[in-house]
Amino acid sequence: MSCWSKGVGNKPLRYLLQAFNYTIFMTVVWYFATSPSVRVIGEDEAMITVAFAHAGETREACRVLSQEELMKLPPNMRKLDDCPRERSPIVIEATLDGKTIYSKTYLPPGIFNDGSVNLYYNSKVPVGKHVLEIKMDDSVRKQGFNHQLTQDIELKPAQILLIEFEPLKGFIVR
Amino acid sequence: MLVNPVKRTYLAIESWFNLSFGTEWNPIYHLGTLSFFLFWVILVTGLYLFIPFNGSIAGAHASVEYITHDLRYTAGVMRSLHRYASDAVVVTVLLHMFKEFASGRYTGFRWFSWVTGIPNLWTIVTLGITGYWLVWDEMAQYVAVGSARLMDAIPLLSAAMTRNFVAGEMTDRFFILIEFLHLLGQPLALAFFLWLHVKRLSDVKINPPRGLAIGTLLALTILSLVKPALSHAPADLAKVPQVIELDWFYLNIYPLIDIWPEGQVWILVLGITWFITLMPWMTFKKDGAKAVVDLDHCNGCELCFDDCPFDAISVQARTDGAKYEKEVVVNPDLCAACGICAGSCPSSNPFRSRKEELKTGIDMPQQPVDKMRSQTKEAIASMEGEVKILVYGCDHGLNVHRLESKDTKGVKLICSGMLPPTLVEYALKNGADGVMVTGCRHNDCFYRFGNRWVKQRFAGERKPILRGRADRDRIRVHGGSETDKNRIENDLNIFRADLLKKKQAEALAEKSAEQAETSQEGSR
Ligand code: HEM
Ligand code: SF4
Ligand code: SF4
Repeated sequence: MSCWSKGVGNKPLRYLLQAFNYTIFMTVVWYFATSPSVRVIGEDEAMITVAFAHAGETREACRVLSQEELMKLPPNMRKLDDCPRERSPIVIEATLDGKTIYSKTYLPPGIFNDGSVNLYYNSKVPVGKHVLEIKMDDSVRKQGFNHQLTQDIELKPAQILLIEFEPLKGFIVR
Repeated sequence: MLVNPVKRTYLAIESWFNLSFGTEWNPIYHLGTLSFFLFWVILVTGLYLFIPFNGSIAGAHASVEYITHDLRYTAGVMRSLHRYASDAVVVTVLLHMFKEFASGRYTGFRWFSWVTGIPNLWTIVTLGITGYWLVWDEMAQYVAVGSARLMDAIPLLSAAMTRNFVAGEMTDRFFILIEFLHLLGQPLALAFFLWLHVKRLSDVKINPPRGLAIGTLLALTILSLVKPALSHAPADLAKVPQVIELDWFYLNIYPLIDIWPEGQVWILVLGITWFITLMPWMTFKKDGAKAVVDLDHCNGCELCFDDCPFDAISVQARTDGAKYEKEVVVNPDLCAACGICAGSCPSSNPFRSRKEELKTGIDMPQQPVDKMRSQTKEAIASMEGEVKILVYGCDHGLNVHRLESKDTKGVKLICSGMLPPTLVEYALKNGADGVMVTGCRHNDCFYRFGNRWVKQRFAGERKPILRGRADRDRIRVHGGSETDKNRIENDLNIFRADLLKKKQAEALAEKSAEQAETSQEGSR
């Protein structure tokens, strides 16, 4: 009874062919383990990152309920003021040397539109001196952008310039 | 004949490996077990590296540098082995997928193996991703930010993960979560998915042949010594890593996140995943009718149970009141309709009930043993010539009708394993001078074990055996694929010549015996 070939009959030659196959295999493994390399950011570029969480102002101010209105409510739900939960969308805009680099409106998440927004934004920009302006409108009750910051910056290659926001301090550039 | 180009490519690769490794070591036949072997290498080296590794954000990078440079020959090599074995496993798994796809082994009853392969692939890739995270170098940072952006793009999640990675906000707590995933969570998930993946198969091998394991380990070790795995500079969240020497086996989607919106990256990745998942249902191939047990002809010997490659047969207590202890049942959901069980059953003996329909213990409705017997008889009756050769083949190897000539006829089976050895005896007794069995290439049966069982049955190593009185010189087994016609034809010609010689020698011997007899009579 015969069967399919047992490989090349000559044993040393067979091992040589195997070594050749292993070499190809290992070359593929080695090459794609590190190559081709990826350039993430240009040599003369830096990155501006905006990242913070912020809750917009409620759409409507709290309102003190009248005596009549209070009586209508079940006793266990009577509260002196009524605060609508829905929040304002957040409109944010940033310019670099007068050119807009970021402009976006975030709607408040959640079923009652009452959540806080997680902002994250990235932009690659040339290194060197710039004027950065960033502004935010987080209230439908106030006219226009109610938070704003203008600052001279100097960016080094690969630097990440981080912009955050804290309700009491406003925009912070790091 | 037309063979589709994907399959043709696959067959060519397979032949090349058969040439250099032989069929026993052919890596194409061991991609699953080779992947398992690489997992062992990864596991052992990983446990070893866990000892010198420092699991805090502040200490991780320095400890890996120490391992790589100061402990180069004790732990550095282990690190390189850990990395390169992980990369190699992606290659073997993708080839494994390609092999199953190219040889058509992903549709019909195989949907389960195919579909359960996909969570394995996902687990491996994400396991590699968390692994790169642990080095906490620039590439880890790149991966961390990219992953966070992907996570934040998932609706319903809080979308706050990315902020973990801006200017010094990455915490040890988060790092420990990643370590937990890499060291315990994902490996356990992988173990579970691997178990699920091979659950429907019987006799699954976990270890590759020793020669292949040694060769692979040797090759990986040499690579680790020549090109040790290195880290990038330590992560610095105040800076963008400028150039990343990316591991494309694991991190291939990250460059895409830089140029595409995250949502689009998700659509691409999930789209590919779903496409692959649904592939088994994209062809029109249907499984044949499933095996049927006939208790009137079953004595509960369990041979079919032992031979079924897909764990579709189980043994239970006798239900029909017959004097035997056991009986078998087929689970049609698992049955591949391969017919191997019909070849196992001792009742599939064509010398039984010669005048009536031949019935057996377990049979295939689309080609019952009775039909195999009548096809055998018809084929023999239609042959002319000095030596008559009957060729049994299957639907997955070379089409046996392509070998036909005046003195050679073929009978097609579902799988060569469905041939009862007694039918070979029957053919030789009823006019065939030789019987050849083709089928899939050696070690690469479409139904996993069909051709292996044939060889073992013919060699007397597996029941039901081909009985000793069957003349082995008149039997050949030569598997081969659609593209192996020349090889098989070659072997067939040699076989024909051998049979002719044998026949002439026998005739001569008979003649001289006759002469001796007549001369004896004359002298009396
Ligand atoms: C971690 C990765 C994987 C490992 C270690 C692995 C291992 C195995 C093993 C050991 C077998 C049994 C082979 C046999 O004994 O006949 C097998 C079968 C199979 N695998 Fe995988 N596999 C992996 C991933 C995949 C993937 C990603 C796919 C495809 C999407 C896949 C598709 C299949 C198919 C279709 C079979 C059925 C083979 C048959 O029925 O003969 N596997 N795998
Ligand atoms: S036909 Fe094949 S898969 Fe089905 S029971 Fe028989 S041996 Fe098992
Ligand atoms: S091989 Fe035949 S006789 Fe034996 S258990 Fe299976 S069906 Fe019954």
